[in-house]
Amino acid sequence: MSAVLEVSHLTKIFKNDRKTHEKSVLDDISFHVDEGEFVTLIGPSGSGKTTLFHLIGGLELPTSGDISIHGVSTVGSRGHIAYMPQQASLMPWLTIEANIVLSLTIAGIGQREARELAREWLGRVGLEGVADSYPDVLSGGMQQRVSFLRALLSPQKLMCLDEPFSALDALTRQHMQAWLLSLWESNRRSVLFVTHSIEEALLLSDRILVLSAAPAAIVREVRVPFARPRSETLWGDPAFIGLKQELYEMLRPASAL
Amino acid sequence: MGSKRTGLLPPVIVLAAVLLLWQAAVWLLNTDAYILPSPTAIAKQAYDSAPQLAHHMRSTLVMTLIGFVVGASLGFLIAALLHVIPWVKSGFYPLLVLSQNVPIMALGPLLVLWFGFGMLPRVILITLVTFFPVAVAMMTGLSKSDGGLYNYMRMIGATQSQLFWRMELPGSMPHLFSGLKIAASYSVISAIYAESIGSDSGLGYFILLAQHGFETAKVFAAIAVIVLLSLALFGVIALAERMFVRGSASSRREGKQS
Ligand SMILES: Nc1ncnc2c1ncn2[C@@H]1O[C@H](COP(=O)(O)OP(=O)(O)O)[C@@H](O)[C@H]1O
Ligand SMILES: [Mg+2]
Repeated sequence: MSAVLEVSHLTKIFKNDRKTHEKSVLDDISFHVDEGEFVTLIGPSGSGKTTLFHLIGGLELPTSGDISIHGVSTVGSRGHIAYMPQQASLMPWLTIEANIVLSLTIAGIGQREARELAREWLGRVGLEGVADSYPDVLSGGMQQRVSFLRALLSPQKLMCLDEPFSALDALTRQHMQAWLLSLWESNRRSVLFVTHSIEEALLLSDRILVLSAAPAAIVREVRVPFARPRSETLWGDPAFIGLKQELYEMLRPASAL
Repeated sequence: MGSKRTGLLPPVIVLAAVLLLWQAAVWLLNTDAYILPSPTAIAKQAYDSAPQLAHHMRSTLVMTLIGFVVGASLGFLIAALLHVIPWVKSGFYPLLVLSQNVPIMALGPLLVLWFGFGMLPRVILITLVTFFPVAVAMMTGLSKSDGGLYNYMRMIGATQSQLFWRMELPGSMPHLFSGLKIAASYSVISAIYAESIGSDSGLGYFILLAQHGFETAKVFAAIAVIVLLSLALFGVIALAERMFVRGSASSRREGKQS
């Protein structure tokens, strides 16, 4: 197994214009994502998870440290990852299919092949009925399915998902987790996933990295032992509940201890 | 959205009431026709002068359309250019705003002086008036693109030109159309003005002649035609907006169901 993503000693300090207020957001972060591995970052909000994604995506430059994808340093260069943001971020003036095609062509796939891929996969996940609809007629959950599909079909090896379900209601969120789980288990892409939800992390991931409050550092790494394919029945498993409790304790704010 | 259809009724009622009051006032006060003709007298005049009105309207329409298309295209290009090249924006934007402070009244006769009595000074005048609202609206649209979409596009590696063509430009269409609607009204008004200073045709010229002859009913008849012309142009643009802009108020009837 080779590392698809290798993050080493990454530090990010935002400098204010007046240089009076320096905000340290990431503190010496090192981890890796292997081929076909599902790794989740879990941490308090404001701890710097989105910032980490922006560094990996090349939108921001780290203060120090290195990021490499397939062994090549990609610091400050864009287009190496497939991405699913918190908000679906679909172009309101394009149909669902055209939205998927747009992302795939930006990733370098030819127009015709992109259209065929979009058609085929919309059908495969039961969304063929909305291929020619515009995003504003879709529910939040449906939009996120499209957003996930768009990332899944992108040719880049690494998928980065930034709290993709946090804007959904609890029930839709559970459905989406099961949906994503089954799709991912039959495709096995390398995934870096960010969430607030302990259950979500346990259900989906191979490994969980627990981040501290800002400046974020990795405080623990938890290997999730459950065999795949998994299902929602895990929720009642005593081992699942035990791990959940353990993670909950780790994430408790220091002041509450 | 049912308010679209019912929305037309109140102004029609108000307009009818105003016309009725006007008719009654003229009749009761027995005003001279050269001061204020009655609506029916204006209608009769319009009927009698229909051939001349049609002739001059055609001329105004052609001039307006040429000026509008040239002006709107110029506004569009200026906005795109200023948006894509930041230093051009910092250098030229203040000058563009300044250009709108030059009074048309002073500029019109100068243009005639420089370019003669042909079509050119009229087209230039209309262009100068119409490019501005289009450029400003378009620039607002281009720079106000959705932060989430922008981040997403950059995360997946969109180039500068992909950002412009695939996101900023289509995203600015609603703004472009509101600029076009303003420009449409401006273009008609400025065409009328241009015709009144250096032309031998058009509704502006027609009004000028009628005023000199104290034929006030003709002036009003021409005004009515001008209003209808403006409305028609506005309507065409609103229709185009409805057809081309996904997510404009008119096409959002289905709404969210999440
Ligand atoms: N461009 C920036 N300049 C200054 N501070 C920033 C910037 N971007 C993010 N931050 C700060 O970094 C911290 C972490 O933000 P973020 O990465 O969004 O957290 P998370 O995604 O974990 O909730 C926040 O306190 C935020 O204010
Ligand atoms: Mg975040």
